[in-house]
Amino acid sequence: MAQMSAPDGKKRRFLVAATSVVGAVGAAFVATPFLVSMSPSQRAKAAGAPVEVDISKLEPGMLITVEWRGRPVWVLRRTKEMLESLTKDTDKIADPDSEQPLQPDYARNPTRSIKPEVMVMVGICSHLGCSPSEKLKIGPDSGLGDDWPGGFLCPCHGSKFDLAGRVFKGMPAPVNLTVPPYMYLTDSRLLIGEDKKGA
Amino acid sequence: MSKTAALLQWIDDRFPLTSTWKAHLSEYYAPKNFNFWYYFGSLALMVLVIQILSGIFLTMHYKPDANQAFGSVEYIMRDVPWGWLVRYIHSTGASMFFVVVYLHMFRGLIYGSFRKPRELTWIFGMLIYLCMMAEAFFGYLLPWGQMSYWGAQVIVNLFGAIPFVGPDIAIWIRGDYVVSDATLNRFFAFHVIAIPLVLLGLVAAHIVALHEVGSNNPDGIEIKKKKDPKTGIPLDGIPFHPYYTVKDIVGVVVFLMVFTVIVFFIPNMGGYFLEDNNFFPADPMKTPPHIAPVWYFTPYYAMLRAVPAMFSSQFPGVIVMGAAVLIFFALPWLDRGRVKSIRYRGPKFKVAIAAFVVSFFILGWLGVNPTDFLGKVGSSDLELATLLARVFTIIYFLFFLLMPWYTSSDREKPEPERVTG
Repeated sequence: MAQMSAPDGKKRRFLVAATSVVGAVGAAFVATPFLVSMSPSQRAKAAGAPVEVDISKLEPGMLITVEWRGRPVWVLRRTKEMLESLTKDTDKIADPDSEQPLQPDYARNPTRSIKPEVMVMVGICSHLGCSPSEKLKIGPDSGLGDDWPGGFLCPCHGSKFDLAGRVFKGMPAPVNLTVPPYMYLTDSRLLIGEDKKGA
Repeated sequence: MSKTAALLQWIDDRFPLTSTWKAHLSEYYAPKNFNFWYYFGSLALMVLVIQILSGIFLTMHYKPDANQAFGSVEYIMRDVPWGWLVRYIHSTGASMFFVVVYLHMFRGLIYGSFRKPRELTWIFGMLIYLCMMAEAFFGYLLPWGQMSYWGAQVIVNLFGAIPFVGPDIAIWIRGDYVVSDATLNRFFAFHVIAIPLVLLGLVAAHIVALHEVGSNNPDGIEIKKKKDPKTGIPLDGIPFHPYYTVKDIVGVVVFLMVFTVIVFFIPNMGGYFLEDNNFFPADPMKTPPHIAPVWYFTPYYAMLRAVPAMFSSQFPGVIVMGAAVLIFFALPWLDRGRVKSIRYRGPKFKVAIAAFVVSFFILGWLGVNPTDFLGKVGSSDLELATLLARVFTIIYFLFFLLMPWYTSSDREKPEPERVTG
């Protein structure tokens, strides 16, 4: 029979610490697959693939909504008056030069688009994710007052955006609407969700 | 020894049945001066049981699938025998749970029940409150109506406002780029199993912590300071059972009368318990004109909307909203009063708590309505409702932040030696 010796406190603390550390590392490894299982599945990722839009029949002043990643994307062919409205009253706009990175670099211009007349915009308010309604008419016809330049009004908290998705000053929405990555396959065919660089 | 006594002895040799019964009921001595406000603890426990039972029966018919969820709720309402009753009990129970818990928390506030030595009881209680909020939020998505969908969208986007990692966290919570079937399925898992398990554990911890230190009372004095020298029982204590079990039954009966009137006659509560827009199926392409959470969240929602975007980020509003809930945890350390109960507090505390309650109600009322419902302030661009929400958000926070000063300098009355009537 081995003689019982007094416990070695130092060794015991070391063993407790080593067991705890190894146990914690093991727990972290086991937790990983569970936590990662909550990220988008392959099916959800596939459903997030780019969509093709034919804009050959899109008349000036007409807006169509297409679904991309479950979100509404507006495609609007802006009229001349609409394009003119974008250059007026830019002092009322919070970020007229699109300094916030909410658009691909090729859409960082006064019209926030590749071709000035075709607007492509994610129709989700930058405040809390509601979908703004179209208020495309200019002036009193819109119901938003004589000086309304045309744009979008979010029904949730009243944020107003112009026809390039730029938010007006003093609105609940902090930033402009998002321009998704997109490219022209031909003059009349758009691909939303992917650009030349490949998303 | 009779046969029942022998059986009890057999059990007691193997399981602490009699000793547990004594420790928590027949020999748990509660102050003899409990009043009306002391009904809400046991009522909260009962509503929890109602929610669990009615919830179990709802899961037998409900389908957590984006294509079937809305239809399965309508199926419960129309085709399942008595399904409408089970569902209305569950939906009414959700709102009544918050009614009861808000009153229970208010009781703690006015009688100083959060003070030493009950800090952990208070913290466990606040954790229960957080769990209830999570439970209510997850549960609200399940009917897959318009308000379910867009409410979840708004709340998940709150996490998206966290700088740098926010958008990835929001995708991780949803399991998709938008609120979708994946989101519904996991919210169902959280609602029916994950959160309830945590909730039950916290409720047990809340009661164990309370029974360790003993209950507070409307006088805010410790009955354990005056014990019978022979028995060691507090002179002002009476056994919880039968005295308070019987008293609580009276509360239960009155509560159930109110509860059943709501279930049978006004289950929607005019759009406050079940919102009108939730009778439309969820449509990701169409936002309802006005999104408001259910009434019990509206004070915090009003605060969220009151904070303007700063540095092109709505994160400050999210911080304010989170802080408004979390600041309750600090209460035991903010209060420097020498007395606990409002009965012996000075005028400063009474004014402060009145201002706090008024703020909470006004913020709740503002949060139910759109921000433009009161028009603009004069000729400026500022909406009156937003201005009011800002003012009352500040008052709400001042109640907590100034507490160390107004409680320590207050003109308090002396506490009695023994509890009063």
